[in-house]
Amino acid sequence: MKSTAHLFTEQARAALADDSLQAALRRAKSGFIDKRAAAIAAFPDFDGLRERGRRIKDHTLAHLDHYLERFADAVEACGGHVHWARDADEARRAVLDICQRAQARSVIKGKTMVGEEIGINGALEQAGLEVVETDLGEYIIQLAKEPPSHIIAPAVHKTRAQICQLFAEHHGSTAALREAPELVAEARAILREKFLAADVGITGGNFLVAETGTVVLVTNEGNGDLSLTLPRVHIVLAGIEKLVPTLDDAATMVRLLARSATGQEISTYTTFVTGPRRANEPEGPDEYHVVLLDNGRARMLADEFREMLRCIRCGACLNHCPVYSAIGGHAYGWVYPGPMGSVLTPQFIGLDGTKDLPNACTLNGRCQDVCPVKIPLPGLLRRLRDLQFERRIIRGPQRWALRLWGWVARRPRLYHRLTALAARFAPRGAARRLPLDPGWTRSRDFPLPKGRTFQSAWQERQRQENGHG
Amino acid sequence: MSVNTGGPRVGLFVTCLVDLLRPNVGFAAVKLLEDAGCRVEVPGGLTCCGQPAYNSGDLTDARALAKQTIQALESCDYVVLPSGSCAGMLRLYPELFAAEPAWQSRAQQLAERSYELTSFLVDVLHWDAVEAEFPASATYHDACSGLRQLGVKRQPRQLLDKVSGLELREMRDTEVCCGFGGTFCVKYPDISTRMVDDKIANIAETGAQAVLAGELGCLLNIAGRLRRQGSPVRAYHVAEVLAGMTDDGIGGEEA
Repeated sequence: MKSTAHLFTEQARAALADDSLQAALRRAKSGFIDKRAAAIAAFPDFDGLRERGRRIKDHTLAHLDHYLERFADAVEACGGHVHWARDADEARRAVLDICQRAQARSVIKGKTMVGEEIGINGALEQAGLEVVETDLGEYIIQLAKEPPSHIIAPAVHKTRAQICQLFAEHHGSTAALREAPELVAEARAILREKFLAADVGITGGNFLVAETGTVVLVTNEGNGDLSLTLPRVHIVLAGIEKLVPTLDDAATMVRLLARSATGQEISTYTTFVTGPRRANEPEGPDEYHVVLLDNGRARMLADEFREMLRCIRCGACLNHCPVYSAIGGHAYGWVYPGPMGSVLTPQFIGLDGTKDLPNACTLNGRCQDVCPVKIPLPGLLRRLRDLQFERRIIRGPQRWALRLWGWVARRPRLYHRLTALAARFAPRGAARRLPLDPGWTRSRDFPLPKGRTFQSAWQERQRQENGHG
Repeated sequence: MSVNTGGPRVGLFVTCLVDLLRPNVGFAAVKLLEDAGCRVEVPGGLTCCGQPAYNSGDLTDARALAKQTIQALESCDYVVLPSGSCAGMLRLYPELFAAEPAWQSRAQQLAERSYELTSFLVDVLHWDAVEAEFPASATYHDACSGLRQLGVKRQPRQLLDKVSGLELREMRDTEVCCGFGGTFCVKYPDISTRMVDDKIANIAETGAQAVLAGELGCLLNIAGRLRRQGSPVRAYHVAEVLAGMTDDGIGGEEA
């Protein structure tokens, strides 16, 4: 996917002015937040569970080479194949090779963010394959030819009216406003045919279990199960950070994921996939492949952004981010939006062209509070700002204003003289316009000084008291 | 001046925003600390805690300002700030000096003695003998750094509970950011405005006559937007209400 993160400011402004998007975001926000809060209140020690989750991921990341090898051996032992992809291009080629060897014509997909990261749909379509998304949200945005705007609710930006319109255009059904169950039934009828006809099913993987070679897949629609049991070939796309050591660990992570993402105790379908169909099994694919993607993750493992690799893609940080709630996911301009995306996108596509992402954050800290694996997201975003400043990606007025402020603030006598002058000569009340103001007074008055600074008034009080004393 | 001679020596760091834009908050803090039995000192070597530099990636200036602040406050028993984010910044100083162990230990000693004002009064001094009157309804905005970094939530409410005439009405989403975010509000004014509008809608929903907070940055943002909209809701720093030193609110004409 081509990034438009460099257009963040314009995209955010357009998003704020888009009434349908705002209506959709408002509805989604309270739903996610309230459901998660209720699920966590009902759990005896959620913070303890978060701590366990954090430790499992930290331990795995510290020994990732070992667990990756164990996982790969276990997958091969049960008849599957593991493909290592250093970057998006290698991952796309691995998938294409598998499809071509299987002489596939049609591919169905469960939801996979790694699939978005490597742009797999475009690559498959270019090679002449039909690709159909089977997660309802993904299906909707595939019809709309849009990328997902949320990592677990890809069509969260769409209103019901817009979906009715899309279905009418593509299915030939009525454009009248219809209820959700009717729309779901219509999509299901169409997707059922696609499931039955597909040669290859591609899914993501929420957790990869090293001890057994199992891929854990979490969905609420059952489309993942159909995608991996009906076609002849099943391909899993996953980042190398998805490893956990044992099935017990996977169970801990599933409990964290469902509550954090949708406020469920457990997702409707939680599937454990271990290899292709065995001789005595009635269903399942003949071929089973796992494509493991690096794409910058190994580098993160070695640097100060390692903690970001704990991310389990639950979306809680998006749902609780006031900036995401205001502008939605598309404004961020690449695959991963919100706080987690603002850390990840610069890792995957570079600091240039993603300048706004770490800065479009108030450092309010709510994302870190809700993160199921305690990723210090504000700290990592702040650290990216350090790198931007170091590498002079932050330039011009912003940089020299900061340096000038610092230069004066490091000289207390000068500083207090200047501020005392400013306080004395400023008009009273609040300003509707300010000179050199980059944006405050467009929508806000600026409360002005009151004649004296605290420091000068305090010193005078001290002098008077000493004089009287 | 206070007659107390035996109380702790408290270095008051009013913060750069209070110093320039709302000195009344500084004097309110002085009154509260003296009422609670402290000897208040205001070192002249203080300017800004370095938070804008730190949050913008300018670590050179952040370190220089941290050193200046450490030196200015080294002789005090405690350091108190009428701001959660600036108190939070002092608590973070040790992280700035990973490569300078001597400074790191001085930073650590300062961090351990530094408190946000309401938290210092309640948690350290166990003092809540507020004598003030504020005959109005008010709602309290939980500023982010104080709330999440320092756990300031119950303390201002415990103190406000003692103010006679004050009716506290909690607003929806009181823990959600107001859209100030330091330089965020001038870098992304459109997003910031939308966030402060959400905050103001929640304030309006309570019908409160005033909005209070322990963070002048947030209050400038909220008051600036309220004034622009012509709202009658007034904004005060919580210290001003607790000290009984309220005027016509932040951004008002009264000196």
